[in-house]
Amino acid sequence: MERETRLVQGNQAIAEGAIYAGARFYAGYPITPSSEIAEECSKLLPKVGGVYMQMEDEIASIAAMVGASLAGAKSFTATSGPGFSLMQENLGLAVMGEVPCVIINVQRAGPSTGLATKPAQSDVMQVRWGRHGDQSIIALSPATVEECFTLTVKAFNFAEKYRVPVVLAADEIVAHMRENLSYPAPGELEIVDRKKPSVSPEEYKPFLPEDDDIAPLAAYGSEYVFHVTSSMHGYDGYSNNNPANAEWRVAQLHRKIERYRDEIVMTKTFDTEDMDILLIAFGATTRAARAAALQAREMGIKAGVLQLLTIWPFPDKEIAALGPRIKTVVVPEMNYSGQVAGEVQRVLGPNIEIRRVNRYNGTIITPKDILKVINKE
Amino acid sequence: MTHATGLKYLKNGCLPLMWCPGCGHGITLGNMLRAFEELDFTNENTVVVTGIGCWGKADDYLVTNALHTTHGRALAFATGVKAYNPKLNVVVLMGDGDGVTIGGNHFIHAARRNIDLTAIIVNNYNYGMTGGQVSATTPSDRRTSTTVYGNPERELDVCALAEAAGANYVARGTVYHGWDLKNLIKEGLSKKGFSLVEVVSPCPTHFGRNNNMKVAVKMLNWLKEKGVTKEKYAQLTDSQKDGYFIIGKLVDRDAPDYNTRYEEIRARAMGS
Ligand SMILES: Cc1ncc(C[n+]2csc(CCOP(=O)(O)OP(=O)(O)O)c2C)c(N)n1
Ligand code: SF4
Ligand SMILES: [Mg+2]
Repeated sequence: MERETRLVQGNQAIAEGAIYAGARFYAGYPITPSSEIAEECSKLLPKVGGVYMQMEDEIASIAAMVGASLAGAKSFTATSGPGFSLMQENLGLAVMGEVPCVIINVQRAGPSTGLATKPAQSDVMQVRWGRHGDQSIIALSPATVEECFTLTVKAFNFAEKYRVPVVLAADEIVAHMRENLSYPAPGELEIVDRKKPSVSPEEYKPFLPEDDDIAPLAAYGSEYVFHVTSSMHGYDGYSNNNPANAEWRVAQLHRKIERYRDEIVMTKTFDTEDMDILLIAFGATTRAARAAALQAREMGIKAGVLQLLTIWPFPDKEIAALGPRIKTVVVPEMNYSGQVAGEVQRVLGPNIEIRRVNRYNGTIITPKDILKVINKE
Repeated sequence: MTHATGLKYLKNGCLPLMWCPGCGHGITLGNMLRAFEELDFTNENTVVVTGIGCWGKADDYLVTNALHTTHGRALAFATGVKAYNPKLNVVVLMGDGDGVTIGGNHFIHAARRNIDLTAIIVNNYNYGMTGGQVSATTPSDRRTSTTVYGNPERELDVCALAEAAGANYVARGTVYHGWDLKNLIKEGLSKKGFSLVEVVSPCPTHFGRNNNMKVAVKMLNWLKEKGVTKEKYAQLTDSQKDGYFIIGKLVDRDAPDYNTRYEEIRARAMGS
């Protein structure tokens, strides 16, 4: 089938990617710079028989999304900084209840209301650790409009396959940027649907994993009757405070992501074969990093780029594999604290020089900013 | 004639329940399950969504579908379930703290949407689970573990709020008036659109102990005396009304529910 190409915005690509992936329920609350996703969904979902709801706040949005997912819908929500903060408690419920769903966080500059319309990449750690209690999470970060589409599809696939919430950590730049998007034809990209129970309704236990570490998920309204709870629970979904059970469950919530980390962690490399210096970037900053690397090469500096499409689980292995080739790493990111740089340092150890390029004033990191740091001797 | 027991919805071996002796929650649960049975609810077509609190623990004892959520948010989770699958009977169990204090915003909007959920809010005038602290429904001057000198704030009338926000069905019962309570719940469950049944209920362990009603029987007598019909209430003079409340059906109307309206709009979108 011919691919259709259109000039579209990142947010629109996210909404269309979600529907391509099979999403049929959206609940959200408007917030810049994510609102176009809600607007697109309100237009597109009813046409494909889906449900669009604008809720009273982000707490309700993520709650409704979870409810719809348990009723059998591929469901999602989209927000930005303040709204993402409000969602944390119920995101924890989605982790605990092993509810497949996708949360789009179009990052904007904080703290608090901050620079409401400006880009940032300062929620990297909040995405990972924003909730109370021990838990793991999958998070992806697009750098182009095309990736807005394809990574949204991936996010749904991971959510459905591993029975987890997945965060798409976009940023204001990719979300509002317009690029040509060559739309994958229907059926061209792999679409994963959650595993349904194969046992009889009497035998079904909603939290008993099979050999692949994933428990099948029925839908409310089917012949399978089941309990889901935010409390510690056993295989049957009823509360269970037994320490041995709690220990098993907390580990299991981590284990299923750890087991599949090689499928989940996606990176791209550019010119890393002969490099002397490595730029590690994610999201919109990847674009500046690639431009800077090319300009550095023109100046005789062999620079390569590693793009992190998956930011959680962190690409330890992929970064460590490149470590022996270089002495210097540059990590540009739109935050003050070097949230990714710190992780890179943890992976590569104290003997590698990590040069940080940080912006936290709502303006974007330019190739020039990065070149300056590459050239610093 | 045999009466419905509701036992078939109770999990085997769950007795004794975690609730204190004299707590009203068991009576409400029993009446809700009898109503389920009289309406032929099945485990498959029913989803009980609970919040957090002593009453919110009710799903532990049920064999229907269930979703035990976070404090105050049960209605929002239930909204997603119902909006995606309108065929389900979705029943939402919340305490006064859960349903209208921390969860007040969701309560207003669920009623405003008139989404076809039945909310059963058990009002025991305080936060039972966390040790009897003040709630939005605690009457003025009453003592709780965080208003030891008396509550300086005014109480919220849950039913009036539901009515103002647009609920199709609003009723108040008490656990003393069990038979009537079952019928009110049954009516709420049968009604399309948002239904609220407020159940006034004793928490002898905290609210009772803090307000000279430590013995459960004293609390039941208090419900018996203070819960009166609309007609009786109207006969009271303003100064007599203090402490009394109306029980029975308060609102019954037929505005279109959310799902019906959404389907109309969706048909418009699909035709465009
Ligand atoms: C976000 C959050 N805040 C506070 C609590 C603690 N908490 C648990 S139950 C409860 C109050 C429950 O009171 P109510 O809803 O009236 O139910 P009851 O126990 O009286 O039946 C509170 C404050 C919590 N679980 N979550
Ligand atoms: S503390 Fe109060 S509400 Fe909770 S179980 Fe005991 S009596 Fe019931
Ligand atoms: Mg209470």
